[in-house]
Amino acid sequence: MTEFLQQVLNGVSLGAIYALIALGYTMVYGVLRFINFAHSDVFMLGAFVGWAAVERLHLPTRSFGGGLAALALAMAVCAILGVVIEKLAYKPLRNRSTLTVLITAIGVSLLIQNVSQNPTIGFGPNPRAFPELFPARQIHLGGLTVSTNQIVVLAVTVVLLAVLYWIVHRTKTGTAMRALSFNATAASLVGINNDRIISFTFALGSALAGAGGVLYATNYPSIDPLMGTLPGLKAFVAAVLGGIGNLPGAALGGLLIGLVETFVSGTRLSTFRDAIAFAILIAILLFRPAGLLGKLKVEKV
Amino acid sequence: MFPPRSQRILLAVLAASALLSAFSGRLNPYFLDVALGAGISVVLASSLNLINGFTGQFSLGHAGFMAVGAYASAMLTTTLAPRLGLSANLLQWGFFPLSLVAGGLLAALAGIAVGAPSLRLKGDYLAIVTLGFGEIIKVVLQNVDAVGASRGLTGIPSHTNLFWVFGSAAVTVYVVWGLLNSTYGRGFLAVADDEVAAEAMGLNTTRYKITAFVVGAFFAGVAGGLYAHLKGYLNPGGFSFDKSIEIVVMVILGGMGRHSGVVVAALLLTVLTESLRQTGAFRMIVYSVLLIVLMLTRPQGLFVWPLWSKKEGRP
Repeated sequence: MTEFLQQVLNGVSLGAIYALIALGYTMVYGVLRFINFAHSDVFMLGAFVGWAAVERLHLPTRSFGGGLAALALAMAVCAILGVVIEKLAYKPLRNRSTLTVLITAIGVSLLIQNVSQNPTIGFGPNPRAFPELFPARQIHLGGLTVSTNQIVVLAVTVVLLAVLYWIVHRTKTGTAMRALSFNATAASLVGINNDRIISFTFALGSALAGAGGVLYATNYPSIDPLMGTLPGLKAFVAAVLGGIGNLPGAALGGLLIGLVETFVSGTRLSTFRDAIAFAILIAILLFRPAGLLGKLKVEKV
Repeated sequence: MFPPRSQRILLAVLAASALLSAFSGRLNPYFLDVALGAGISVVLASSLNLINGFTGQFSLGHAGFMAVGAYASAMLTTTLAPRLGLSANLLQWGFFPLSLVAGGLLAALAGIAVGAPSLRLKGDYLAIVTLGFGEIIKVVLQNVDAVGASRGLTGIPSHTNLFWVFGSAAVTVYVVWGLLNSTYGRGFLAVADDEVAAEAMGLNTTRYKITAFVVGAFFAGVAGGLYAHLKGYLNPGGFSFDKSIEIVVMVILGGMGRHSGVVVAALLLTVLTESLRQTGAFRMIVYSVLLIVLMLTRPQGLFVWPLWSKKEGRP
């Protein structure tokens, strides 16, 4: 029983990170109807900003203040980056076919990965050790072992989700976002500046991915330019599992994927861990293509 | 209806590759290696073109099908062939093509496995499912000890020669071309142009999509077999997402749904990749910038001229 609870705890803290990334996928899908493949690389860059904050800007390590500052910095840099990517690569492609945008997104993703992997203009391909941002301690609760990092991950995720909920449901910009995802043409007819809202959505999603990157790296402290691919794909699966375009769905999907992955890791099938998410994806698309919380749309001709 | 001209071209290419193959011993081995790689790329790109270009689906898992074919045929030639006690000639000219076909059939079976659940999915969902499928294949191969797990499969005999590579390339292009110019094959284009309208006209769009996947996967599997017996060594990591992207880029560069453009792009990109090898790390940067710029400025592909498209019957 203790072991079960321990696994649940580990799964939830991993799932929280997936949820943060999944929210970015789902928000962008909501407003633009395409999968932002470069999202997983923004996540990776978030981790590298966290690394640079300590190694280059000399923020204090093993302190909550320094850690949160690095987190905020990563979120800010990623938000700007998200907007830049959107303006340069996706904006010229409005009203073009989904396939064109999708291929461009893959191109942007490859570009970020390969520039980062380049030793002269990027970080180089070798993994780096991620500094200890937050004071790492193990807390024993009954039979359970909780690390402070896990608590930080959960606390930061809860705060960010609350802020996101507030932005989307209580502010004017958030209302505009929802209007845009409901019907883009109608939204622009009632005076919403679609381009600005889309940029804002990218900033929001990318900031969450940046936070996810730093949190992921504190728990798995080795970072490299390709680290985003697998968590990114799993987060996308999480977004589809919850129902793409649906914010609570993305959070729920992230938690479920994190839990399933942690439980599979604990069994003899642990080496198949990375394939499980895709098996879930195929199953969900077969039996409930709209996702757990999504509504099935009937196509009208 | 197949115009006899296309069959004559097919026979001419087959004869030419047989002739070239006979003299391949005199060719520069480096040149030969690049030429073989280029031919395999033509098989891969043309078969993906059927799925992504003509049928309008978007598969990102072509490397997965290739891996299935590569491992299947390599397992046949490394484990089954030595027990049969065949002569070297019989191995290369009899057993090897059979193993290629077997690899292709297994890949086609995988194509059904992917095609069936993806039937109701469109665009980006399908892309992700195929991507996921490719990753699953990779993970499974990394875990099955019989095929060498993550150590890879070694000691594959080198049966691949110019005849098999360019013969397969010619047959692939011919089959895809012939299929699309048949009465049945027009349905692929209809599915790509407007799925709802195609369905309203009574076409079974799901069947068309699965057929495209199966035929495409078959040839990807054959290409995998050729690749395995060219390199002599297989590693699950070699069939990753990057490999799929490489093939997708060929199809896009050539112009999705164009026969000749895609063949030219496949040949050109393989040679280009080879000549950029010195620049090492900058190669993939060039690749990705090329992809983005192409999508922003010329999404219909580089090698598309009005003259060509008229001949190929695609408006």
